[in-house]
Amino acid sequence: MSGPQRPSMGARLSFDLSRPGRIATTLPQCDVPSAELPPPDLLREELNLPELSQPDLIRYFTNLSHLNFSVDGGFYPLGSCTMKYNPKVHEELARLPGFAQLHPLQPAETAQGALALMYELQRSLAEITGMDTVSLTPAAGAHGELTSILTVKAYLEYKGESRHKVLVPDSAHGTNPATTALSGFSCLPVASDAQGNTDLGALAAVLDEDVAAMMLTLPNTLGLFDQNILRIAEMVHEKGALLYCDGANLNALLGQVKLGDLGFDVLQMNLHKTFSTPHGGGGPGAGPVAVKAHLAPFLPSPQVGREPDGRYAFQTPEHSIGRMVPFHGNFGIMVRAYAYIRSLGAEGLREVSENAVINANYLLACLRDAYHLPYDRRCLHEVVFSGSRQRAKGVHTYDVAKRLMDYGFHPPTVYFPLIVDEALMIEPTETESKETLDAFCEAMLAIAREAEEEPELLRGAPHNAPLRRLDEATAARRPVLRWRKENR
Amino acid sequence: MANSPKDRRYTREDEWVLAVDGEGTVGITDFAQEQLGDIVYFDLPEPGARVRQFAKLGEVESMKAVSDLFSPVSGEVSEVNPQVADSPEVVNKDPYGAGWLLKIKLADPAELDNLLSAEDYDARLAEGEGH
Amino acid sequence: MSNPYIPNTEEDRRAMLATIGVGAAGELFADIPSQHRNPALNLPPPLSEPELRRELSQMAAGNRPAGEMPCFLGAGAYRHFIPSVVNHIISRGEFATAYTPYQPEISQGTLQTIFEFQSLVCELTGMDVSNASMYDGASALTEACLMAAAVTGRGRVALLSTIHPHYEAVLRTYAAGRKLAVDVMEPRDVALSAEHACLAVQQPDFFGYLEDVTALAEKARAAGARYIVAADPISLGLFRPPGEYGADVVVAEGQSLGIPLSFGGPYLGIFAAREKYVRQMPGRIVGRTTDSEGRAGYVLTLQTREQHIRRERATSNICSNEQLVALAATVYLCALGRQGLRRVAELCYHKAHYAAEAIAALPGYSLPLEGTFFKEFVVRCPRPPEETNAALLERGIIGGLDLSDRIEKGMLLCVTEMNSRQEIDGLVTALKEVGS
Repeated sequence: MSGPQRPSMGARLSFDLSRPGRIATTLPQCDVPSAELPPPDLLREELNLPELSQPDLIRYFTNLSHLNFSVDGGFYPLGSCTMKYNPKVHEELARLPGFAQLHPLQPAETAQGALALMYELQRSLAEITGMDTVSLTPAAGAHGELTSILTVKAYLEYKGESRHKVLVPDSAHGTNPATTALSGFSCLPVASDAQGNTDLGALAAVLDEDVAAMMLTLPNTLGLFDQNILRIAEMVHEKGALLYCDGANLNALLGQVKLGDLGFDVLQMNLHKTFSTPHGGGGPGAGPVAVKAHLAPFLPSPQVGREPDGRYAFQTPEHSIGRMVPFHGNFGIMVRAYAYIRSLGAEGLREVSENAVINANYLLACLRDAYHLPYDRRCLHEVVFSGSRQRAKGVHTYDVAKRLMDYGFHPPTVYFPLIVDEALMIEPTETESKETLDAFCEAMLAIAREAEEEPELLRGAPHNAPLRRLDEATAARRPVLRWRKENR
Repeated sequence: MANSPKDRRYTREDEWVLAVDGEGTVGITDFAQEQLGDIVYFDLPEPGARVRQFAKLGEVESMKAVSDLFSPVSGEVSEVNPQVADSPEVVNKDPYGAGWLLKIKLADPAELDNLLSAEDYDARLAEGEGH
Repeated sequence: MSNPYIPNTEEDRRAMLATIGVGAAGELFADIPSQHRNPALNLPPPLSEPELRRELSQMAAGNRPAGEMPCFLGAGAYRHFIPSVVNHIISRGEFATAYTPYQPEISQGTLQTIFEFQSLVCELTGMDVSNASMYDGASALTEACLMAAAVTGRGRVALLSTIHPHYEAVLRTYAAGRKLAVDVMEPRDVALSAEHACLAVQQPDFFGYLEDVTALAEKARAAGARYIVAADPISLGLFRPPGEYGADVVVAEGQSLGIPLSFGGPYLGIFAAREKYVRQMPGRIVGRTTDSEGRAGYVLTLQTREQHIRRERATSNICSNEQLVALAATVYLCALGRQGLRRVAELCYHKAHYAAEAIAALPGYSLPLEGTFFKEFVVRCPRPPEETNAALLERGIIGGLDLSDRIEKGMLLCVTEMNSRQEIDGLVTALKEVGS
């Protein structure tokens, strides 16, 4: 990524490369007699799509791809995203025509292999999390979260209970409060204590019989295991409320503990984080939901079950909240996650969490002298530092992040969680070697020195990326959101 | 210590109003614009809209946050600063001058007594009660 | 053997544990209540790579994929041609293994392709702005209705009865969370009040036929309701785009644009709107800007709408989009271009009409619905559709969707550019045999 500056590709899009008459593939002639077309007032006159030859199209997108940082290219330690390596054999398997060419509505007897895969994946995920039933339908983590809260709501309504509040820790991801609003609940924050655990006093103060559920991320967004978890579960259940786990950080716990054993009633997990399916630049993912038996009848439809004769079929839970997706979820993603679980087995999953946690603690040990560690505890799979020490020299976490690019690394997550000032959230994952972690630490230490001695290097960073710092304020003030002939 | 202009009054939510001949010009304080960072958008009422003192007036969006705006006075909106729609950054640069947001025909000038003087507002900031 | 995805060796681990200052990795998990540590996981033993291939190939072989047979099943998921360039580009690790482009300087590949996608969607739909995609057509439609409710402050959503039943189902699930009322209306019987936030229609409708979209636009406008059109993107290669007949929002299922059937997902939600909705639109949006040296580049923008800043004030909780799938659609639209998409649409139209005419001429078969259709149409069969489909399957053909719960002995047939004349003639012959 370092070297002479390349000219920007940003000024020329496919529309600019287009020439009338070009095309990048071929289509057959019509082999049936032409029917009469509808009257012209129903038809469109212009269709301004670009026209490119195949070589130009391939070259354009290939060169664009070179501008991307990716896991395949380098270390990508985004906290809470679990940027682990994406196994290539999964790509082959997901593309098998026997999977990729299945129509979602084709008769169940012609899709038994696919239904078996979904059924086994449901069971495996239930086993891993220590829950009773799994729904594979949600299309993403936030979707799984919404599904979970709607399921809780349906359960409580069925029992004749009218509860209006959901508790969310102050360290929570933004989807948590957004989800509660979408579900018709109001959201109350619960403070964390100085050790990064849920403050039990604060919890007791807001817990009452109007609380439907408490949402927890475990480990939390500080990468810490809430030492109060068993007491929290007790307190929440005492008031007849339910305990939800945002499973974004499940990578820390695979094979180490079952979330169901800790008292969770419902949880969501991310196949595109913990279970190695690729992030794709921002999707697609999948966000399965796992519940204890009392919530199972309320899960979305459809579920994969077995008929009395042993055949697999789609079924609708008795009091289902209904559909969350037009068909039954992101099957292509399920194939990859299933292949991952089958290739690791129980022991392999345990190795994943163990190595993920060792790697994060190694970074903690190596960087704690140079960067402020707000919670001085063992972390799990990710560690949160604060750039506050560097800010005293006039350099922000933002600048540290941009400077890391010059060293060939993708920055960690910055400015999240909100309860840490100038937060830097680093999640290495288990798929990184000690050499990579050492190189990263060297870079971070060099940057800490630069912050003291040459802060302008940070403030002007990145110097070696395909582009320098971009003007995000103007993009938000005067948005240009599509190509137009005029704005070349 | 902040040195807020003495010719105007302030709310606890960091808005100011400059009242002249029954019309109040309203804006946000220097402290507010600094806290917000780069401002990108204002959601403000149209001329003709009625507002109430301390009720929500609209929203201000910056790169990192969305904040509610509260009206320092009751009355009818008579004018909205056209510059603010095209170049919201003027509020960052000159919050007390060119960065004014709107003008309100005052329903009750006595309401100004419910607001803070510049000294009281600055004292609040100094005590860390600002947000 | 070692796990190929975990580089650290025993030696590496020992060195790291020493730096950390613990004797064994187990100490790092000390916060987990001891009575729950190290549970037994009842999972099958691990498979090596060749064994994994064999196992999953066997599962795949246990299916008879419709996409590889003469297939006449549509109803929201379609067997369309996917040019080879699509898979080639989305298989590139630089696209597939990148994250959401929050650090724009090193994510211009993803950002520029999103900007392309947004631009292409606007051209296709005739609208002003598009987001970077949503989960699927159903969630896009739902989000459009939620946005209309937020913008108008009204509490009722009107839908035509001719919308895909699964889309209506998804909307109802979300609406229950927000206490929005859903009113379903017959196309000829649309009555909107001042309480309706929007009118949503599907074009072509679930049965494949064109609605009177101009008249419906007028009804929405007269009631102050927002007009939401769920369009078939392939049909937009031929038919007038909704932007030209008054749509406030256009949504679509983008699976037809270079995405395989995949047994139902991942698919692609398309969401495009008029300029005035740009700050209320859900989902990620990319904008163009410059870097400190004046070079053109792209960034995620208008992020203050989104959940990670607005939190409980957000109108949606959506975080992921379907980026790699949107990239597939982008490559598809660039590969086919103006000529190609039009040709695909025409092929669907002519072939579907050829098939419909031939089937209607068979004794016992008829076309119960009137109107202009595109690539899907309804056939009334002499025998129950379930029986007909079973017989077709025996002949190696996937028949249409059984609609007998709504139209007596009705079947929804779909014909695309992938159905050769031979396949269509084969279907007609089979239906004739089965019907006699």
